[in-house]
Amino acid sequence: MDQDNPRAHHDMGGVPRYACEPVDIAPHSLSDFDKEVDALRQVLGLKGVMTVDELRRGIESIPEAEYHRLSYYQRWIRSITDTLLRKGFITEDELRAALEAP
Amino acid sequence: MDFAPGTEVRVKDDWPETRGPCHIRTPHYVRGQRGRILRRLGAFPNPEDLAFARPAPTRALYHVLFDETALFPDSRQGDDLLVELFEHWLELA
Repeated sequence: MDQDNPRAHHDMGGVPRYACEPVDIAPHSLSDFDKEVDALRQVLGLKGVMTVDELRRGIESIPEAEYHRLSYYQRWIRSITDTLLRKGFITEDELRAALEAP
Repeated sequence: MDFAPGTEVRVKDDWPETRGPCHIRTPHYVRGQRGRILRRLGAFPNPEDLAFARPAPTRALYHVLFDETALFPDSRQGDDLLVELFEHWLELA
């Protein structure tokens, strides 16, 4: 391993910080939010709007502090939102209006 | 270049993340390391291009076997690590 080159913050395989932590292998349930985000990603993939690779790229470009604060599917929706905004499928005004709607 | 099973390879010691936005599926801990081709898994559109919605040429994907103690000194002697790597990250060792 080349210690001189900075790895990206998502590229955490083999990082000593995690080496002594037990791995939680217990099954955990998905929330309605988690399932909705997953469904949305699948629809966007089937419609040819974005690939899973674009999803991953978007997740990896979340700033480090935020990346570690967000849950797994929160990272997904952040990446999906960034991608839809960047590609012009939605506008910031539309997003804001939808979030503020009662 | 097509790598036959058993071929000794080296993963390129390349760090695209230091040059700008990118999406790569080659973990930091195998860069520059020697491994051995176990099998060819097929050929797939390059995720490094798909991630940016660019035209993605098809690239061969390999299972590459590494001596784990060479990567992580605390590993158990004799343990191997299997990583999926695309052909453009590999060169003959």
